[in-house]
Amino acid sequence: MIEIKNLKKSFGNNLVWENVNLTIPDGQTLAIIGKSGCGKSVLMKHINALLTPDSGTVTVDGKNVHELSYVDLRILRQRFGFLFQGAALFDSISAFENVAFPLRYFTKWPEEKIQRRVMECLEMVNLENIGDKGTAELSGGMRKRVGLARAIVLEPDYLMYDEPTSGLDPETSDEINDLIIHMSDNLNITSIVVTHDMHSVLRISDYAAFLDEQKLSWYGTIDEMRVAKHERLKSFTKASEYQID
Amino acid sequence: MDIFYDFGRYCQLLYQAIRSSTEVKTYYKNFVSEMIKTGYDSLPIVMLAGAFTGAVLTIQTSYQLVSPVIPKSTIGAIVVQSIVIELAAVISGLVLAGRVGARIATELGTMRVSEQIDAIESMGFNSISFLVVPRVLASFVMFPVLYIAAASCGIGGGALAGVISGQLPAAEFLKGGREYFLAWDVVFGLTKAVVFGFVITSISCFKGYYATGGAEGVGKATTNAAVLSCIYILLSDLLLAAILL
Ligand SMILES: Nc1ncnc2c1ncn2[C@@H]1O[C@H](COP(=O)(O)OP(=O)(O)OP(=O)(O)O)[C@@H](O)[C@H]1O
Ligand SMILES: [Mg+2]
Repeated sequence: MIEIKNLKKSFGNNLVWENVNLTIPDGQTLAIIGKSGCGKSVLMKHINALLTPDSGTVTVDGKNVHELSYVDLRILRQRFGFLFQGAALFDSISAFENVAFPLRYFTKWPEEKIQRRVMECLEMVNLENIGDKGTAELSGGMRKRVGLARAIVLEPDYLMYDEPTSGLDPETSDEINDLIIHMSDNLNITSIVVTHDMHSVLRISDYAAFLDEQKLSWYGTIDEMRVAKHERLKSFTKASEYQID
Repeated sequence: MDIFYDFGRYCQLLYQAIRSSTEVKTYYKNFVSEMIKTGYDSLPIVMLAGAFTGAVLTIQTSYQLVSPVIPKSTIGAIVVQSIVIELAAVISGLVLAGRVGARIATELGTMRVSEQIDAIESMGFNSISFLVVPRVLASFVMFPVLYIAAASCGIGGGALAGVISGQLPAAEFLKGGREYFLAWDVVFGLTKAVVFGFVITSISCFKGYYATGGAEGVGKATTNAAVLSCIYILLSDLLLAAILL
């Protein structure tokens, strides 16, 4: 379970948000929505302590992530899969090796088992033919999907997706959404998804958090969101081409 | 103030690098590839710089030494000693500040701004042990090798220039060189090489690791790394001369 209490973050004099309180039960999926620049990616990076808050706490399974020793923090981070907004593929190695990377360092598996697992993950994101392509040869959507394959390769307990479907065609988007649903339903993974696509939010998530006006403006279940009376939330979701109901 | 802040962060980075230098498994592969990139790939430019320095020094020294009472072999003595004590290390240091320093700062800076360093951390790796330690360690091994290559080519270039310009035969040049040769001078030169290697790689890693602000930020980090490396090479050269001579 992930709990966020009274979190506040600013960069210099620029306040990103404050008073953020969230709880994500195990096996559930939270969608973080909000305008571009409202601090969705920044919030996500607090959960595995890539960024440090000004005040407030993030606890994962009862442990405050910002108070862990570096050794314990690294052990915790290994239980997280993280898809970065820009994919963050290592450009010095091939796409295949990007996915194999965590396996090579964190497991003692023989080469053929590593290859098999990498192919399995690449198939899940429809990239089984990627071969030895370098990361520079990939399209934006392909990079995203390689990043996703890399995030799930170690079968983490928690998955964080920063805009998993942006830049993908509708059909591939749907397949990625299916994959996210599969991960949380069948493997009981707790997920956090940043997305601009309301269609995805409604399909994949159990909870939604709306960041707006430098705070957590609205937070609740998806069913509550459908009937919420929150004006700014309503106008935000209406602006999406998919209506809430 | 900025300078103290930077210096504090630089020391912190070094401290963390030393602490994480026990994680051999994390950086072993990168260490090997860095030795090739820093050492082997730099050999041609360093040898070229050494040879030309030796040649110019020989021609200029013979131009300055016109007295008939001074034997011609003195030219060899002066040139060899200057190269071994000072020039092989400093000239190759300055060349490598551009070649190695700029490469390291660009690599790490690009990894920082494209979130690759965040990705490394988020997987549970120690990014300093993964990126900084192998680069600094590789310089400890390879800079002495490069120094020896530069010095040998400098002496060879000097002898050749003496022959071609008709000033003195190679045997005479080398006889002069041997007459005043001290093993201590080589130790001094090697010490300089190690120190310069440390200066270049640690400063460039620091600048790259903490780069901010996209492509422009990486460009700035690269320029700063090369310029600062040159300045600190000259300063540490002076310091070493004061301490060790
Ligand atoms: N490393 C940083 N240093 C300074 N400011 C930052 C940094 N990272 C983010 N910010 C600022 O924090 C705010 C939130 O950024 P963030 O990337 O979280 O936005 P976002 O909600 O993910 O937007 P988008 O939907 O466009 O990705 C922005 O104003 C940004 O300028
Ligand atoms: Mg973002």
